[in-house]
Amino acid sequence: MILLFEQLLNGLQYGVTLFLLAAGLTLIFGIMGVINLAHGALYMVGAFAASWVAIQTGSFWGGLLSGLAASAIAGVAVELGVMRRLYARDHLDQVLATFALILIFNQSTVLIFGRQPLFTSVPDVFSGSVEILPGLPYPTYRLFVIAVGLAVALGLYLLINKTRVGMLVRAGATNRQMVRALGVNIQGLYTAVFALGALLAGLAGVMASPIVSVQVGMGDEIILATFVVVVIGGVGSVKGAFVAGIVLGMFDTMLRAFLPGLLQQVMPGPEAQALGVGVSSMGIYLMMALVLLVRPRGLFAARG
Amino acid sequence: MSHVLEISGLVKTFGGLTATDYVSLTVDTGEIHALIGPNGAGKSTLINQICGEIIPNAGHIHLAGRDVTRLPPAERVALGLGRTFQITSLLDDMTVRQNLGLAIQAREGGNFRILDRASRRAEVWDEVAEILRSGTLGARADVRVADLAHGEKKQLELAMALSQRPRLLLLDEPMAGLGHVESQQMIEALQAARGECAMLLVEHDMEAVFALADRISVLVYGRVIAAGSADDIRANPAVREAYLGEEDA
Amino acid sequence: MKREHLILLAVFLLLALVPYAAELTGQTSWTRLVGQALIYGMAAASLNFILGYGGMVSFGHAAFFGIGGYVVGILYHHFDAGTSFLGLIPGTDQMLITLPAAVIVAGLAAALVGAMSLRTGGVQFIMITLAFAQMFFFLFISLKTYGGEDGIMVRRTNSLPGLDMKNKATLYWVVLCFAAAYYLFLRRLVQSSFGQIIAGIRQNERRMAAMGISTYRYKLAAFVLSGMGAGLAGALMVNFLRFASPDMMHWSRSGELMIMVILGGVGTLAGPFIGAGVLFTLETTLARYTEHWMLPVGILLLIVVLTTRGGLMALIRRLGGKR
Repeated sequence: MILLFEQLLNGLQYGVTLFLLAAGLTLIFGIMGVINLAHGALYMVGAFAASWVAIQTGSFWGGLLSGLAASAIAGVAVELGVMRRLYARDHLDQVLATFALILIFNQSTVLIFGRQPLFTSVPDVFSGSVEILPGLPYPTYRLFVIAVGLAVALGLYLLINKTRVGMLVRAGATNRQMVRALGVNIQGLYTAVFALGALLAGLAGVMASPIVSVQVGMGDEIILATFVVVVIGGVGSVKGAFVAGIVLGMFDTMLRAFLPGLLQQVMPGPEAQALGVGVSSMGIYLMMALVLLVRPRGLFAARG
Repeated sequence: MSHVLEISGLVKTFGGLTATDYVSLTVDTGEIHALIGPNGAGKSTLINQICGEIIPNAGHIHLAGRDVTRLPPAERVALGLGRTFQITSLLDDMTVRQNLGLAIQAREGGNFRILDRASRRAEVWDEVAEILRSGTLGARADVRVADLAHGEKKQLELAMALSQRPRLLLLDEPMAGLGHVESQQMIEALQAARGECAMLLVEHDMEAVFALADRISVLVYGRVIAAGSADDIRANPAVREAYLGEEDA
Repeated sequence: MKREHLILLAVFLLLALVPYAAELTGQTSWTRLVGQALIYGMAAASLNFILGYGGMVSFGHAAFFGIGGYVVGILYHHFDAGTSFLGLIPGTDQMLITLPAAVIVAGLAAALVGAMSLRTGGVQFIMITLAFAQMFFFLFISLKTYGGEDGIMVRRTNSLPGLDMKNKATLYWVVLCFAAAYYLFLRRLVQSSFGQIIAGIRQNERRMAAMGISTYRYKLAAFVLSGMGAGLAGALMVNFLRFASPDMMHWSRSGELMIMVILGGVGTLAGPFIGAGVLFTLETTLARYTEHWMLPVGILLLIVVLTTRGGLMALIRRLGGKR
C-alpha cells in the first residue's frame, strides 16, 4: 500500500515533467501548426546548462537561472533561424528539419560536454525527505518538482484564460486565420510562444537534472512520450496536455513498477522481467492508439 | 416513383445551432430544382448531408428510392449522385485531360489493378477525347489545372461531374465568381445537360435561377419557407420579405 | 522513353560490376556498402510510394523493415535449433520460403497498423504510425527467446537453389536483382490504374470521394503494399548482414528512411535509391574521419529541407536539362 502510494507520487512527478514539455509543444503545434521534434533538445539544453553551472559554481539556483536562460535563448534562435521558414511548409518538411535539429543539438552537446553524463546534487534545502505518511519518507526535492509543476500549470491557466496575450493564444490555437486577420504582430506572437515553450522545456530539464542522468539523447527518450501526451490531450489544448501528462506519467510509472512483478507470478523470472519491461514501454503508445481510435483528434481537441 | 431525391424531415444541429430544421423536399427525374436562400440559411449543410459528408441527427434521404441517410459518400456516388463544389475542387497538379481521365476511370472501376497501364485504358481515353471534342475545353486539354482561369475550372468541374453520368447532380453555386459572359456559358452548359440528369441547384444568381429552375425552394434559417414555380416564388410575400426584399434593398 | 531505358540499363550494368571493381582496387568493403545502400533504397522507395505518391506521412516505416528482417531471423533461429515457432511452424533457411514469408507477415502488420492509423490524418497520423512502430520495437526487445535487445545472429545466409550464397559477390548480385525488380515493379505500380487513383487521393481526397472512390480502402491497400516492400527489404538486409536486431525498427531508423526519400526527391522513382546511396555513403565516409559525423549530416539535411524543393532528383533534372 505504501509502495503503491510512493509510486503514485513518482508518477505524479514524471507527469508534471511531461506536462511542462507538452504544454509548450501543444501551444507551438496549435498556434503555428508546426511539428517540432527538436523540443526535447531544448529540454536537454536546459538540463546541461543548469548542471554545468551548478557544478562550476556549486549553486543550484544559479544553475536554474542559467538553464532557463540557455533554453529560452536556444528556443528563440531556433525560431528565428529555422522555424520561421517551416510554418508554411507541410508536415513532412517540418519533421525532417526538426529531426536534423536533433542531430545538430545532440552532436554539438557531445562536442562541448563529451559523452559522460553530468551529475549534480539536489540543493541543500531540499536534500532531506518528508514523512508524508507514517512509514513513508518521500524526498523533498521530488515534492518540490511536483509543486513547481502544479504552480506552472496554474500560472499557464491564468495566463491563457485571464490575459489579452492568452486570449490571442487561445484564438490562435482554434483559428489561425482569425488571429492574422486581427492585425496582431503575428511574428512577434510566434516568437514569444516559441520562447515560452522553450522556457518550459528548459524548466523541465532543469528540474529533472538532479534526478535523471544528464546525458546526450535524454531529450530523445522523453520527446516521444511528450508527443503521445500532446496527441492524446488534443493538439493545441493546454488543459489536455495537463490531464494527459499526469495520467500518462502515472500510468507509465505504475506499469514499470508493478508489471514485471505481476508477470513473475505466471512465468519464469528473467523472461517475465524482459517482457514486463517491454510491455511497460509499449503502454503509453497502446493508450494513444486506443484514444485515437475513439477520438481521432484527441481528448480535448481545440476543434471538432 | 419518379423522385430521384426525396428528403424528409431532415434535422442537423451544431451545438445549439439548428442548421437544418425539418427540411423536406424532392427532386423529380429530369427536373432542375433550385434551392435559394440568404447566406447562413443552411444550404451548404443540406448539400453536405445529401453528399454524406455530414450525417443528419434525424430524418431520411432517399436516392432513387434507396435510403442513403447513413451511407458513406463514395457509395452514394455509386448510386448516381454527382456534385460540384462551391469552391472548385480539382486535382490541381494534373492536366485537364488527366482530371477527366481520372473521373472516368473512377466510374469505370477496376481500380485495384496494380500492374495495368492507366494510360492505355481505351474505354477511358476515348471518352475523354470525345468530351474534349464536344466541349469548350478542347484547346486547354494539356494545361495544368492550377493554371486555368476560374471560369475554366468551373467548366471542367461540371464536365467531370457529368462524365460520371449521375442521376442527380448537386450544383453548389456554379455561377459563383463568374463574369457575365462566363455565367451565360454556364447557363447554356446546364441547359444542354438538362435531360441527362436531374439537378439540385444552389445559387445566389437569381437570373440563372429563374432561367434554369423548374421548381424553386426557399431556405431561411434552416427551414423551407416556400416552394413552387418561379412565378409562385416571385409572388410569395414571405419570400419577398425574407429574401428577395433584401436583395432589392 | 528510349533514353530512360538506356540509362536504367547502364546503371544496372555499372552496379553489377561493383564486385569486380572492388576486387581490382582492393576496396572489398565496396560490395558490402553498395549492397546495403541498395537495400535501404528499396525500403525508402517503398516508403516513397505512400509518402510521395500517396501523401501519407508515415513515421513508423522501419517497423515493417524490422518485421521482415525478424521473420528471416526467427525462421533461421528455429531451423538452427531444430524447434518450431509457437510449436507449429518449423524453421527454414530457404530464401524461396523466407522472403515470401517476410513479405506476407510485414503486409499483415501493415494491414493492422494501416487499418487503425488511416482513420486519422495529419499530425495524428504521423504520431500514431510512430506509436505502432514503437510498440513493435519494444515487443521485440522484450522477446528474450529471440535475443531481446541483442537480436538474432543468422550464422548462414539463406540458401537459394543453385547459387553459392556464401560467396559475397553472389549475394550482392541477388540483392541487385531484387532491387532492380522492385524498381521496375514500382515503375509499373505508379502508372497503373491503382497508382493513378492514389495520386489523385494525394492531391484531393474530397474530390476523389466525390467521384465515388472509397479513399480509405485505396489508402489502406497502398499502405499494405508499401509495408510489404519494406518487409522484403528488411528480409534481404538480414540475409546480407546476417543479423536481425530491434535497432532495425528504432524510430530514428524511420526518420532516416524519410530523409533518404526527401534527399533523393519525393514522389520520384529513382530518388529514394539516390537518397539512400548518398546518405549511406555520407554516413559511412564521415564516420571514418570523425565520430561526430551526425553534425555535418544534420546540417546538410537542414539545408536540403530549407532550401531545395524536390531533392537531388530535381537537381539532376535541372542539370540534365530535361523538361
